[in-house]
Amino acid sequence: MATYKFQLNGRAASAESWDPAQPLLYVLRNELGQHGPKFGCGLGQCGACTVLIDGKATRSCLTPVRQAAGKTITTIEGLGTPEKPDAVQAAFIAEQAAQCGYCTNGMVMTAKSLLAQNSKPTLEQVKQGMAGNLCRCGTHTRILRAVMRASGAAV
Amino acid sequence: MTTSTFSPNFSRRDLLKTGGTVIVSFAFGVRGAAQTASGPDATLGKPTDTTEVDSFLVVHADGSVMVYTGKVDLGTGLRIAIRQMAAEELELPVERVSLVEGDTALTPDQGSTGGSTGLTQGGVQVRRAAATAREAFRKLTPADLASGKHFDLKVDPKAPLKDPKTYRVVGQPALRPDVPLKATGRNTYVQDFSTPGMLHGRVIHPPAVGAKLLSVDEATIRAIPDVRVVRIKNFLGVVAKDEWAAIRAARELKATWGEGRTLPGSDGLDGYVRKGAVDRDEAVINRGNSATAMAGAAKTLAASYYWPNQSHGSLGPSCAVADVRDGSLTVWSSAQAPHNLRANLSKIFGVPAAKVRVVYMDGAGCYGGNGNDDAAADAVLLSKASGAPVRLQWMRQDEHALDPKGPQQLLDLRAGLDAQGNIAAWEAEMWVPMNKPGTRPLLSVDAAGMAQDHGQGAGLMTQNADPPYTAPNVRVVAHHLKDTPLRPSNLRAPGKIANVFGVEAFTDELAAAAGVDPVAYRLRGLKDQRAIDVIQRTSEMFGWKPRPASAPRPVQGGVQVGYGFAYARYKQAENYVAMAMEVAVNRATGKVTVRRVACAHDCGLIVNPNALRNQVEGLIVQTLSRTLHEEVKFDRTRVTSVDWATYPILRFPDVPAIEVALISRPELPLYGAGEAAAVTVPGALANAIFDATGARVRTAPFTPDRVKAALVAD
Repeated sequence: MATYKFQLNGRAASAESWDPAQPLLYVLRNELGQHGPKFGCGLGQCGACTVLIDGKATRSCLTPVRQAAGKTITTIEGLGTPEKPDAVQAAFIAEQAAQCGYCTNGMVMTAKSLLAQNSKPTLEQVKQGMAGNLCRCGTHTRILRAVMRASGAAV
Repeated sequence: MTTSTFSPNFSRRDLLKTGGTVIVSFAFGVRGAAQTASGPDATLGKPTDTTEVDSFLVVHADGSVMVYTGKVDLGTGLRIAIRQMAAEELELPVERVSLVEGDTALTPDQGSTGGSTGLTQGGVQVRRAAATAREAFRKLTPADLASGKHFDLKVDPKAPLKDPKTYRVVGQPALRPDVPLKATGRNTYVQDFSTPGMLHGRVIHPPAVGAKLLSVDEATIRAIPDVRVVRIKNFLGVVAKDEWAAIRAARELKATWGEGRTLPGSDGLDGYVRKGAVDRDEAVINRGNSATAMAGAAKTLAASYYWPNQSHGSLGPSCAVADVRDGSLTVWSSAQAPHNLRANLSKIFGVPAAKVRVVYMDGAGCYGGNGNDDAAADAVLLSKASGAPVRLQWMRQDEHALDPKGPQQLLDLRAGLDAQGNIAAWEAEMWVPMNKPGTRPLLSVDAAGMAQDHGQGAGLMTQNADPPYTAPNVRVVAHHLKDTPLRPSNLRAPGKIANVFGVEAFTDELAAAAGVDPVAYRLRGLKDQRAIDVIQRTSEMFGWKPRPASAPRPVQGGVQVGYGFAYARYKQAENYVAMAMEVAVNRATGKVTVRRVACAHDCGLIVNPNALRNQVEGLIVQTLSRTLHEEVKFDRTRVTSVDWATYPILRFPDVPAIEVALISRPELPLYGAGEAAAVTVPGALANAIFDATGARVRTAPFTPDRVKAALVAD
């Protein structure tokens, strides 16, 4: 068992793993109680597992825990709470941009990363920036409105 | 595990005044939190009979109300809508009403949450129980109040409902309680649930359907810590303390399998289906004399439409947690019919129903019968074998390959027009999987050699194959096929997407043959004002420009832009939906881009317009995905669409602008809205492609290759 240390949602955290190739997703969910990131495909195809690593949207299902060591990790739980959501989360709530909500983690985290790189994206830029995240319920139009709203655009 | 937390407590009873309404208060000592512990139903003592008010409503000492419903929120907004319906009749603010869903120990069996019946059956029952309770409050006397009883009331089917004109809660866009939790990662899904001592399980499925397990070499996973192999005949699974260990073990365990069942392959499946052995023919509709009318028609047309096998494609693979102990069985599941699952597990595992408890927890959207019930049986088998609670989740390839499929459908349509171009005769012939009584077989139960039902059903597949327009002579025949290559189940708006695709695309062909604008053609065959209203509203929103039979549109930059229209009344008895679409077709690549969609939707009474709009928008996008992209492919032995690369779905860059008009009719009964807006999508899209290019695409999905082939054929 090796121990891996990183910054998680603003605090020092460490977790043990018997396999350095274990994806970060399982460490976050099962060792560190972060259930926001979801297992969707394990193939990096859907985006449900997205977290921020050093501020960048990253697929935690494809990130070995050893690669995350020493990095700064933010999960959706680290952004805000139902009572005090952050700006992106608040926009998703205002637009009621969820159905089953299984993809919502990835949508919020990808939007967070996108807006950090481009604070005033066009709708087309948001569509392209979110192209790697799948939603099965068809909540896309609301998610797009939520991201635009979070950017301060009129919706 | 103890069950003492469930000891019933009927003694509490207080009189309260809240908002002018006298409320009887009592408690059963069970709250939502108790749903996280195991325990058979019989220990709880709460009534669940659908005839009792106490089954549906518990009033707490503070005057707040807990509603219990067997229907579940599969991501559709039912969780707020049922609260609104109860709050309205109880004359309470919606914030004072909470909800417990789909726990077989606590909630009445209101049937599966399918067929858009969540509100029309589930909500309406709750509403009637609430109305009965409200009337009871009004009749209370001081003697009643001292008697120490709880409701002890039958639900009165005639309890007067509030006049819709006085509604204050129903009809409001109350916010869904789950969205803040989902947007902040705090919503607990079944995938997130854990219970003390829980192990993680994975199932190793055979590479070919129904293959026998010949041998297992456990030495191949010796390096992985704390793993146990579970083998029951042809069922093979692993359990481990660590989830990653279970995943790696399932991946690396070397197993040798025999040959499985031979499949026909998905290429040319429409031809295979047409020649399939028929169990029985059913005359679904036989009105007038279609043969005579066809023979005497001024003009006849015929066309075949085909819809492929599709996966529910749940974004999170199916998952369940099972705890088998002391002769009882508890399963946490996001199955759409917890009570049916309880009955099935009771039968399969020989545990009395009173000792089986299924607790619904949110899951990834299922849109019908996905792999959830299979995962529940997997988890039970693994828990039984390992003597510990087990969390079982399918991997992506399991979900895509093995979820029961929305089956293929073939539809032949023929019509005879009179001299004015009106429909004189209509004949539809469809090939659909036969229904077999009983529950759908679960994979692991068959593999383990245990007895179970081998029923088959994929929902009401034969509806909506007749035109909703004036047609004096109509014959609809269904050929119920003995065999269907992949295990079928209900997938959102079952059967009706394919049928309305055929009916609405064929109606467009008739309009073109009659030389009449497609919208005008539809309107002249309709008398129902609600139908006319949705069509006119859609035309106005969209800016529909009437045109007679069209010539192909000009090619600009290799692209042709066209406009299509479709209308349906869901199940010919429920929602009215009209839809218009603008598409751009690239002639060189065959790629179809949907630019904008307009939809008017009338479901009678609207309980929550925001949640409803979310459903309608979602149905449009999801069905665009099904129409443009989705087909489950398989070879002679197995499904080859096993992930999002081999089973692509619609992505953000292809999301059109969507405009939805909800027509509110508070004085009329409500219809469920979880399916209806799906059915007009493929027809409107196919008709827009025709308007653009003059080519008819009659087989879904409308992939670039298929569209290019249609352009060449034209």
